[in-house]
Amino acid sequence: MLELNDVNAGYGSFQALFDISLEVKAGEAVAVIGPNGAGKTTLMRVISGMTAPFSGALTMEGQSLGLVKPHEIVDLGIAHVPENRRLFPGMTVEDNLKLGAFAKKARGDSDKNLNFVYELFPRMKERRDQLAGTMSGGEQQMCAIGRAIMSGPKLLLMDEPSAGLAPVVVQQVFGLVKRIREEGYTVLIVEQNVQQVLKVADRAYLLEAGQLIESGNSTDLLASETVRKAYMGL
Amino acid sequence: MDEIFDIFLLEAIVNGILFGGVLALLSLGLNLIFGVVDVVWICYAELVMFGMYTMYWLAGVYDVPILLAAIAAIGLVSIMGLLVHVLIIAPILGSPPINQLLATGGLLFFLQSVATLMWSIEFRNLGLKLPILEFSEMYFSYARLLAFGVALVGMAAVYLFLTRTYIGAAIRAISQDREVMVLMGVDEKKVYWVTAAIGGGLAGLAACLLVLQYDVHPFVGISFGPITFIICVLGGLGNMLGGFLAAFILSIIISIGGLYSETEWGYVLAFVFFIIVMFIRPQGLLGKK
Amino acid sequence: MGKFFPYILGLILLAIPFFAPAYPLHLIIMILIWSLVYTAWSLMGRFGLVSLGHGAFMSIGAYVTALLWNYGGISPWIGIPAAMITAAIMALLVAYPCFQFKIVGHYFALVTLALSEVVKLVIIACRDSTGGSLGFTPERHGDGTSLFAFQFADKETFYWVVLAAWVIGLLIWRAVDRSMIRFALDSISEDEDASAAAGVHVTASKLKITVLSAVLTALGGALYCQYQMFIGPEVIGGIGISLQIVFAVVVGGLYTMLGPTIGAIITLLMIEVFRNLITTLRTDGIDLAGLDTTVYGLMLILFIIFLPKGILGEAIDRLAGGKKRSQE
Repeated sequence: MLELNDVNAGYGSFQALFDISLEVKAGEAVAVIGPNGAGKTTLMRVISGMTAPFSGALTMEGQSLGLVKPHEIVDLGIAHVPENRRLFPGMTVEDNLKLGAFAKKARGDSDKNLNFVYELFPRMKERRDQLAGTMSGGEQQMCAIGRAIMSGPKLLLMDEPSAGLAPVVVQQVFGLVKRIREEGYTVLIVEQNVQQVLKVADRAYLLEAGQLIESGNSTDLLASETVRKAYMGL
Repeated sequence: MDEIFDIFLLEAIVNGILFGGVLALLSLGLNLIFGVVDVVWICYAELVMFGMYTMYWLAGVYDVPILLAAIAAIGLVSIMGLLVHVLIIAPILGSPPINQLLATGGLLFFLQSVATLMWSIEFRNLGLKLPILEFSEMYFSYARLLAFGVALVGMAAVYLFLTRTYIGAAIRAISQDREVMVLMGVDEKKVYWVTAAIGGGLAGLAACLLVLQYDVHPFVGISFGPITFIICVLGGLGNMLGGFLAAFILSIIISIGGLYSETEWGYVLAFVFFIIVMFIRPQGLLGKK
Repeated sequence: MGKFFPYILGLILLAIPFFAPAYPLHLIIMILIWSLVYTAWSLMGRFGLVSLGHGAFMSIGAYVTALLWNYGGISPWIGIPAAMITAAIMALLVAYPCFQFKIVGHYFALVTLALSEVVKLVIIACRDSTGGSLGFTPERHGDGTSLFAFQFADKETFYWVVLAAWVIGLLIWRAVDRSMIRFALDSISEDEDASAAAGVHVTASKLKITVLSAVLTALGGALYCQYQMFIGPEVIGGIGISLQIVFAVVVGGLYTMLGPTIGAIITLLMIEVFRNLITTLRTDGIDLAGLDTTVYGLMLILFIIFLPKGILGEAIDRLAGGKKRSQE
C-alpha cells in the first residue's frame, strides 16, 4: 500500500534520513523502531507531506506522494496521529473528532464515522462534551486515534503513541491498536517502546541515525541480538 | 445634589457600555485575526476609516438607502481585509513577527495618505440627525443605542459561526494548534483567507455604526485604533472573550473619566489602567501564560 | 579609498555651513536632528526591543525644556538635562516592570504604543499650560540669539550644535557596539532564558539600553524644539511619529551605525521632494496633498517585504556576501 524508495530527507543543510526504503502492505501493522533522534519523526513528516524529501519516491497505492500538499494527504487515505496527541485542548471531544472529518471527501460520512468511533471507543462517547485538554493521557490518545479514524483512512500513521504515558496506559494504548487492526486498518507505527510495539506489529524496521539497519518480522527481531542488546537492556 | 450626581454617573456608565459595544466589535475582529494568523493589524482602524468613507459617499452623497450602503461597505472592507492578508501578510508569514507588525504599520500610513489624496482632510459627516432618547433624566443618543444593539448582534453572529460551522471550528482549532490542522485535511491558507475576510467584515460593520455618530476624515483611525489594540492586549491577545470584557471595562473608565474632567483624561486613565494591569498580569486578563 | 572616506565626509560636513544656502542648510539640520533620534531608537531596535513609543520620549524632551523655560525662566542648559532625566525616569517606570514580567515582542510594542498615546493625551489635556493640540512656542529671548536661552537665530551656529550632537550619538552607538552589553543583549535577543542561565543580568541590561535610548531621543526632541521654536503633540509625538522613527531605521538599516542616518536622509529628502512637487502642482490647480506619505507608506511595505535589512544593511550584506563567496 505505502512504499518508500531511497528517500533522503532533512531540514536545510541537515540530513536526517538516508536512502530509506520500506513498504507497508494492506492489512499489515508495521513498526519503525529506533532511539531518540534516529529520524522517526522526520519519517512521519515526510510521509505526511509536512517536510519535502530531498530525493526518493513515495507512493500510496501506486500514487506518488511527491507533489501532494500536506492537507491533501488525507484525501489519499493516510491519517496521521501526531506525537503527543496534539488535540485541540480548548475544544470538546466531539469537536475534536468532527474536525478529523474536515476533508471534503470525509465530511459526508462524518456522522457515520462518528458513530463508528463512539462504538469503538465508548469512553469517548461518555466524554463527548468534555474539553479535550482535561482528559487523561490515555483518553487523549484514544481521542487522537479516533480523530484520525474520522477521515475514513486506509492507512494510519502513529507517531510514538506511547510517548509521555504511564506503563499501564501504554498497554491500554497498544490494546487499542490491536482493536483497530481487527477492524481492518493498516497501521504504520513509529515507536521507542520496542517490546510493546513488537507485540502488535507484524513486521518492523530498525532505524538508527537516519538509516535502516535491520528489518524483518517481529518475532525475528525480538530474538535478534542487536535489538535485544540495544533496546531491551539484555 | 447627590441624586443628580448619581444620575450623571449612571448615565456615564451606561454611555460607556454603549460605546463599548462598538469597541468590542472592533477588538473581536482584531483578536480573531491575531488568534488565527498571529499578526496584529496595526492598520485595522484605517480599514474602518475606509468603510466609513464608503458609507459617507454612498448613503450621504449619492443617497443610496442606508441598509444597501451598509452591505456594500461591509463587503468592501471585507475584501480589503482579504487583500491585506494575501498581498502583505502572506508573503512575510515566515518573517519575524515584528516585520509583520511594521508592514501593517506601513499600510497604516499608506491608507491614511490615499484617503487624504482622494478626499482631502476635510471632516465629513453623514448628516443624519438621529433622535436623543430620554430615560428618567438620562439622555442617550439613539445612534449609540442602535450601534450597541447591532454590534451585539454582529458578535452573536460571529459566535454562532465559530461554534456551529466546520470552518468556524477550524478557525478555533487553528488558533490552538496550527500545524496539526494540516493533518486533518485543512488547507490552512483558506482558513486564513476566511479569517481575514471576516476580520474585514467586522471592521466594515463597525464603520457603519461609527459613521452614524462621528465625522470621518483620513486620520479618524487614530481616535480609536490605539485603544482597540490596548483592549485586545488587556483582554489577552487572541482571546475573544477577554477582548469583549476589556472593551467594556475600558470604555466605562473612559466615560467616567470624561464625566469628572476633560475627555482626554478619561483616555489617559484608561491607558494608565492598561499599563498597570500589564504589570500585574502581563498576559492580559484572560490570557494564557 | 575606503579608508579615506570618513575623512572626506568629515571635511565636507565641516565645510557645509560655509557654502550651503539657507534652505539646504535647514534640511541638513533637520536630517541631523532626526538622525540622532533614529540612531537612539536603533540602540534598542537592533536587539529586538522594538518600541512603538519613542514619540513619547521626544515629546518629553521638547516639552519639559520648553515649559521650564517659558514658565520658570530656566535656561535650557539646565532644562535639557532635566528633560533627559525625566525621559530616563519615564523609561525606567515603564520598562522595568515590562522586563521584569517578561513582556516582550508584540506585547512590549503595544505597551510602548500605549505609553506614547498617554504622553500625547496628557499634553493635550493640559492644554491650559501646553497649548494642547495647537502647539507650543518657546519664548524668544531678546533678539533670538542667546547662549543662555540656547537659542540661535542663525542656522550656522545651530548646525554646529546639531552636528556635535549627531556625532556624539554615533560615538555612543559605536561604544555600545563594542561593549560587553552588546554581547549580553545579542544573546538575550537570541534566547532570553539561556542567557539568564548563563549569568547575564537580563533585566539590568535591557534597562540600561532602554534608558540610554530614551535619553538620547529626548535630547533630539529638545534640540528640535530649540531649533524650530515650535512643538506640537502630533508633530513630535503620537503613533505617527513613533512609527516614522521605526520606519526610517528599517529603510536605512537597523544594524549599522549610519543606517538610521541614511534612513533620515532618504525619508526627509523624499518628503521635501514631494512637498515641492505638490506645491508646484497646486499652482496648476492640482491638489495632491498626501502623495508624499502615500509613496512613503508604499515604500515601507515594499521594504519590509523585500529588503527587511534596509538599504545599508542589504548593501553591506551583498558586499560581505561577495567576500564570503570568494572565500569558500
